[in-house]
Amino acid sequence: MIGPPIRAERLARGFGGVRVLTGVDLTVAAGEVVVLLGPNGAGKTTLLRILALLLAPTGGRLVLFGTDATRAPAALRRRIGYAGHEISCYPDLSGAENLAFYAQLFGVAEPAARIARLLAWAGLDGAGRRPVRTYSRGMSQRLALARALLHEPDLLLLDEPFSGLDPDAVERLQQQLLELRAAGHSIVLATHDVDRAAPVASRIAILHRGRIAWAGDGRADDAAVIVAAYRTIVAERA
Amino acid sequence: MRDALAILAKDLRIEWRTREGISSVFVLGVLLVVVLTMAHDPSPETAPTLAPGVLWAAFVLTGMLGVQRGFLLERENDCLAGLLGAPVDPAAIYAGKLAANVVLLAVMQAVVVPLVGLFLHVDLAARLPALLLVCLLGNVGFASLATLFGALAARVRAREVMLPLLLLPLLVPLLIGAVQATRAVLVGGLAGASGGLGVLVAFDVIFGVAGWLLFAYVVRD
Repeated sequence: MIGPPIRAERLARGFGGVRVLTGVDLTVAAGEVVVLLGPNGAGKTTLLRILALLLAPTGGRLVLFGTDATRAPAALRRRIGYAGHEISCYPDLSGAENLAFYAQLFGVAEPAARIARLLAWAGLDGAGRRPVRTYSRGMSQRLALARALLHEPDLLLLDEPFSGLDPDAVERLQQQLLELRAAGHSIVLATHDVDRAAPVASRIAILHRGRIAWAGDGRADDAAVIVAAYRTIVAERA
Repeated sequence: MRDALAILAKDLRIEWRTREGISSVFVLGVLLVVVLTMAHDPSPETAPTLAPGVLWAAFVLTGMLGVQRGFLLERENDCLAGLLGAPVDPAAIYAGKLAANVVLLAVMQAVVVPLVGLFLHVDLAARLPALLLVCLLGNVGFASLATLFGALAARVRAREVMLPLLLLPLLVPLLIGAVQATRAVLVGGLAGASGGLGVLVAFDVIFGVAGWLLFAYVVRD
């Protein structure tokens, strides 16, 4: 399975007659961090769920790592890490038990060492044996990120990853994203938080009314330029 | 198989820790047996004909509660997205959830069957192996169908209403077979229960295979 991590052509998706995505074209190369911006309801979460193979598109074509996403989905899922709006962790299991469960499903080698490393990274080594139900919002979010990184995915899909994180955790996440990017992993990150996402972005795309309305170079464009573009697009098309 | 076992172990661990499913199922099961028995006040002669109805009414109503709880686990925090995002065959998810439901129902049956014997003064000890076989076949059939529809109902808003609406009409053949087989076992022995047992085996095979094949379409968007 060789090819760019993501090649999406005219992806479309609707829910009960409402067209959420109307034709998204997006290519993400290895080692790229693409930040998706967009107002509420723009289709960011829908797009990420399609890329995570949780949702089937109703139109267009999706090729992941050179393979049609409708074929060999299990092999593709092994290469994708997804952290959505909700943490996808069982509240009555501890953080370590949740990670151990997912490690089994993903066939992670030497799971105990990997889990210990990730809990330490997430600042949860002291809370790893506590039920997730007792975690704060920030702790839950860090556990969700640890879960997404558990199997060392080549493609990481993150939906609002900075929400609920304190400044230290934001810095740690930014650092981790930069390390993953340097190691050749690809990341697509949906957020409203331009200031926090811009430092890690290699490309920024604004999703509006179900398609990519603007794309810019994350390194060249500072946050003010991006915010101005965002406001113009949303105002023009309102 | 490995994935199904991991899902089964996870569900049982959560149930052991919270005891939410088993405690609600236990209370409802005891209540149903007591109310149905008191309402009929059967004589020793009529008790064996009443017992199958009491048993299976209690199994079905408590079983639905247990199955619903099994899928609510996956809805909380959108854990289902975590499962579906993993490289796991949906059939393995079905097998794991089915096995967890079978275990939960078996625990509930282990409580309800002796209670029915006690309240209706039916000597179950002599007929226990045959009765266990009927219970197991009925349990697997119920869980096969309920796991499939439990997954479907968990995705819709009116899930508490939807599960009985979908499940109960399709359970009719299973209930007829189970009640016939149980009555035959209590009155005579296993030999007279062959018709009912045949229905249960056919139900288990048909809905076990259907669940295995259809689960992917039910859980994925």
